Amino acid sequence: MRAALTMLGIIIGVSAVIAMVSIGQGAQQSVQAQIASIGTNLLFVSAGAQNVGGVRTGTGDTGTNTLTVEDLDAIKREVPSVSMVTPTVNTRSQLIFGSQNWNTQIQGVSEQFPEIRKWTVQDGSFFTDADVRTAARVLIVGQTIADNLFPGTSAVGQTLRVKDLPFRVVGVMARKGQDQQGRDQDDTAFAPYTTVQKKILGSPRVQVAYVSALSPDATYTAQVQIGELLRQRHKLGPQDADDFSVRNMSDIADAANQTNSIMTMLLASIASVSLVVGGIGIMNIMLVSVTERTREIGIRMAIGARSSAVRTQFLIESVVLSLTGGLIGILLGLGVSLLIPSLLGWPTAVSLAAVIGSVIFSAAVGIFFGYYPARKAASLDPIDALRYE
Amino acid sequence: MQSIVEIQKQSLAPGVLSKIDDAPVVISLEHIHKTYTMGDVEVHALRGISLEIKKGEFVAIMGASGSGKSTTMNIIGCLDRPTKGHYFLDGEDLSQLSKDQRADIRNKKLGFVFQGFNLLSRTSALENVELPMLYAGVETSERHRRSLAALAAVGLAGREKNHPNQLSGGQQQRVAIARSLVNDPALILADEPTGNLDSRTSVEVMEIFQRLNRERGMTLILVTHEPDIAEYADRVVVFKDGRIKSDYRIESPRNATEELKLLPVVEFDDEDDEATDEVRTEDRVNEKRPGLKVGKLSQA
Repeated sequence: MRAALTMLGIIIGVSAVIAMVSIGQGAQQSVQAQIASIGTNLLFVSAGAQNVGGVRTGTGDTGTNTLTVEDLDAIKREVPSVSMVTPTVNTRSQLIFGSQNWNTQIQGVSEQFPEIRKWTVQDGSFFTDADVRTAARVLIVGQTIADNLFPGTSAVGQTLRVKDLPFRVVGVMARKGQDQQGRDQDDTAFAPYTTVQKKILGSPRVQVAYVSALSPDATYTAQVQIGELLRQRHKLGPQDADDFSVRNMSDIADAANQTNSIMTMLLASIASVSLVVGGIGIMNIMLVSVTERTREIGIRMAIGARSSAVRTQFLIESVVLSLTGGLIGILLGLGVSLLIPSLLGWPTAVSLAAVIGSVIFSAAVGIFFGYYPARKAASLDPIDALRYE
Repeated sequence: MQSIVEIQKQSLAPGVLSKIDDAPVVISLEHIHKTYTMGDVEVHALRGISLEIKKGEFVAIMGASGSGKSTTMNIIGCLDRPTKGHYFLDGEDLSQLSKDQRADIRNKKLGFVFQGFNLLSRTSALENVELPMLYAGVETSERHRRSLAALAAVGLAGREKNHPNQLSGGQQQRVAIARSLVNDPALILADEPTGNLDSRTSVEVMEIFQRLNRERGMTLILVTHEPDIAEYADRVVVFKDGRIKSDYRIESPRNATEELKLLPVVEFDDEDDEATDEVRTEDRVNEKRPGLKVGKLSQA
């Protein structure tokens, strides 16, 4: 019973570390899965230079006009490793249907958007290149908008108003769910970018272009070639910095992973504090044990145990305590890691490194915190120890 | 002109003071002093003790508290070192050994029997007896064999698996004696071995000691304050104020084996703890059970 209480600190510490690390790993793996679903040959070309590891991620609007539709056409024409290009222009607006309204984001994109972004239409259809050429007032809505504005009926064929302009709904996108940052991706509507530029915003601006390379392997080549082309078109000299940025999914993933890693390490460090506390608990109990067994130590010494033998005996006992606590903690942490996805919805992935590390760390805690009591036991004088009550 | 005896005495190793005898000297204490410093006060526990014990002797050491007998036992037992003087065990000077070296001597050459038995609790009799061999590095099957033999020698065959709390005081002391035998020591040191036992059990224990002394030629040193117990030995050394006051032979020691035959026969049935007669009641009162502290007999 006393042993169980002593081990509690180690058990909690180890299970916390295992659970934290598996949450972190799980998040990392889900990021990678998201990348795979979006398409690893996707590039983001945007106006203005942006930090990769920084806060802005890709839909930022720097207000510069350095990226134009002509640039994008040039990319489509002249960069061989590029297969599709869609410019995007985003705006927020109220969608009004009868007495209902819904404030949402409207993304202006090209007809190639579904292919590039690997996001299909569920009802109806996406707009066509003809719609883009004519800047038609057509709209494809996400599931959340359809559920809220047109509950129970089909959204396709309905007409709603955007900034006093009538738009016809021609399709509903398939459900996508939340993205990594927790935003509802189904709360978006799509219209031809030309429509958004001319009819809603009145500006020829392009914010971000989604570009897909011919294949995942071609992505890097495409990235380099686009950069060169744009520098040329924007007449940038060798000393000039880019006034645009071309990023691929892994850049974005890296940014997310970096944040993730820092969070995981922070959590694991906090959990490690519990391990230190557990170690102190072990040292405490071992000290008590040495005192209680003073007489026994005296007997052993009288019978012929060397100091080193006594020290080793107590060290082994404390390592057994800490290792057992560590193993129980590992099992508990594994159990928690398995339960979290069903309880909290967070993905988890158990890390073998964390398990091995925990075993080693538990043993080390046992040795480190058990050393002082063991040394104390070994330095007892047999005559005094035998007299101890 | 020196006599032949004087010349012979001088030619012997320094400090050999006894008569020339056949048996070799096991223990030789030469001018042993022991001084403790307690704060500002110096306590002279031993003020120049010289003592020789030969192989096969059964010596009882007596004296009041503070007479120095326990200190002498501690020095003989290598638990303590003299401040001055030399201690020879089997001819080897042990006075200046290191802590580890003394531990090895205690392990291999000495056997200890204590008043409070000093067995490990929650450990079987067999494992208790094995303990010295563990520290001597004896391998398992040999340990097992010797432990069983030792337990049989003290009359406890069949009790290997019992823990101390399942054994009577006399049985625990017998386990302790068995433990003292397993590494085949040069001598056994017993510190008030009957102090926590009733009269009949005391005789039983003295019978074991006498048997070991007679049959194996085991050298025994026994500290006691009871003159009755000292009479089982064949030599008595009396301490007073840190010096040896007297050192005499007992011509006819008490014979424990004979006495046991004459004592009322009470089958010491350990499974059945019922008090069947006066002796048993006395057992209950006097005999120390582990964990029970009874007045000044308390120890473990």
